[in-house]
Amino acid sequence: MRRFTWFNATSLTLGFAFLYLPMLILIIYSFNASRLVTVWAGFSTQWYGTLFSNQGFIDAAKVTLKVAVASSTVATVLGTMAALVLVRVGRFPGRTLFSGMIYAPLVMPEVITGLSLLLLFIGIGLDRGVFTIILAHTTFSMAFVAVVVSSRLVSFDRSLEEAALDLGASPFDAFRLVTLPIIAPAVISGWLLAFTLSLDDLVIASFTAGPSATTLPIKIWSAVRLGVSPEINALSTIMIGIVAVGVISASLITKRATLRREAEERAAVQG
Amino acid sequence: MGRVLLVALPFAWLLALFLVPFLIVLKISLSDTALAIPPYTPTLELSEGWAGIKAFLAALDFENFIFLTTDDLYWKAYLSSLRIAALSTVLTLLVGYPIAYGMANAPDHWRPTLMMLVILPFWTSFLIRVYSWMGILSSEGYLNQFLLWLGLISTPLTILNTPAAVYIGIVYTYLPFMILPIYSSLERMDGSLLEAAEDLGCSRLSAFWLVTVPLSKNGIIAGCFLVFIPVIGEFVIPSLLGGSGTLMIGKVLWEEFFNNRDWPVASAVAVILLLILIVPIVLFQLNQQKQREAEE
Repeated sequence: MRRFTWFNATSLTLGFAFLYLPMLILIIYSFNASRLVTVWAGFSTQWYGTLFSNQGFIDAAKVTLKVAVASSTVATVLGTMAALVLVRVGRFPGRTLFSGMIYAPLVMPEVITGLSLLLLFIGIGLDRGVFTIILAHTTFSMAFVAVVVSSRLVSFDRSLEEAALDLGASPFDAFRLVTLPIIAPAVISGWLLAFTLSLDDLVIASFTAGPSATTLPIKIWSAVRLGVSPEINALSTIMIGIVAVGVISASLITKRATLRREAEERAAVQG
Repeated sequence: MGRVLLVALPFAWLLALFLVPFLIVLKISLSDTALAIPPYTPTLELSEGWAGIKAFLAALDFENFIFLTTDDLYWKAYLSSLRIAALSTVLTLLVGYPIAYGMANAPDHWRPTLMMLVILPFWTSFLIRVYSWMGILSSEGYLNQFLLWLGLISTPLTILNTPAAVYIGIVYTYLPFMILPIYSSLERMDGSLLEAAEDLGCSRLSAFWLVTVPLSKNGIIAGCFLVFIPVIGEFVIPSLLGGSGTLMIGKVLWEEFFNNRDWPVASAVAVILLLILIVPIVLFQLNQQKQREAEE
């Protein structure tokens, strides 16, 4: 017996107001004509203009996208492999160490991950830049991919894979043709998670970027430390918009897929 | 063959880019500070083989760790991080529980939308979400303007660059981590238990305390750990919202490295922080394990 009470309605309203008002204010004031961000002086899109004419931001955005695409793709491959190892491969020497290393980045403070990777790169004489950020982001985001994919693998009916093997498929073909299509949604959400983590990361990138590469969060960081700025409000609005469109369309697609699957299951039962 | 490659590739990656970097941090934390590039003198020379290790053990003096105990900045920063993490975990629970409870009681067809609304901020840039509070909390910010307009205050409040702003920032950014596990334990709860409690003469409020809260215990514990553990090492929130008066160890480590360029001390700070974190992480693991066994 669940009753939706006035208390529930009030706490949901206040809770979601708390979650969304700060972002809403940011969006509204990105269209403010005044440079003084806290005083409303009429509607204007000028800050979007100054943002797009700022070569520093454009370059940083390109570096950020390059790092995010490369690191999330490598992290998805390595993370999916790690998930398969955790769920499917039985005993092997160093298994405890392996699972420890997979889960550790999830709880590791970013300052420590960043510091340790920087000291490694300096120790082996690797010049810091885009490449070192990619290595760093891959390492911490593969843990997240491994967790997402392994939770799907655990609930997966293994007999399908065994049937493929019995029918003569090689282990790799069985994975490619049977397992991968079934775990694909988890692999895709793992990739998206890794991609977002990379786009978002300030601390690890600051340690591993060196003077030659600047990502968008590093750029935003150096701007906002001096205070609120209308260009950053405009940039934030664009980023919030992209995420909102992405998340809403992803949830609509999964909803449609669920409805279709349910319809197919009903049809199959009715035969 | 394929199996060996499957294990070897991620294993080698993690060894090279996760374990080895830690050993380097440990090694540098035991080195001597020097005015050079890189700014430390290694006390362990592996190239000298066994003799190098012997010399290292003979010269081992933990001077950076001893330094951490002599300057009270460091232990104050550790304590202050733990205190801020603990208090903000409680605050996040107080704000998050009613939201999770409301979601669990909401009509079925609302739930996917409510769920999406909780997850959406989680995908939005952390830095931007923290930044959004700078404009709200500053002395000429939106909150002060609103309160002045209401007539509740006559002079602007100072909130930005105080610990209060740090607490607001933490509750705001970590709220989804608290809501989601509590919601999932409340959602699984059998509603007829409440009905039974009320039939047996329980008031709605005491049914909530005696039935609902104990049954969501696992969600509460998970949510608290998911907030407490990452907040201890937090850097962005205290730097943007806390001002110079808020001491947190993540910020100290950052400044030690980037501003003071003292790598051995920064490494020693990192080693101690990790040792402190091991306690809640192990407790969390044990709790999760117990929960899994209980479910089986």
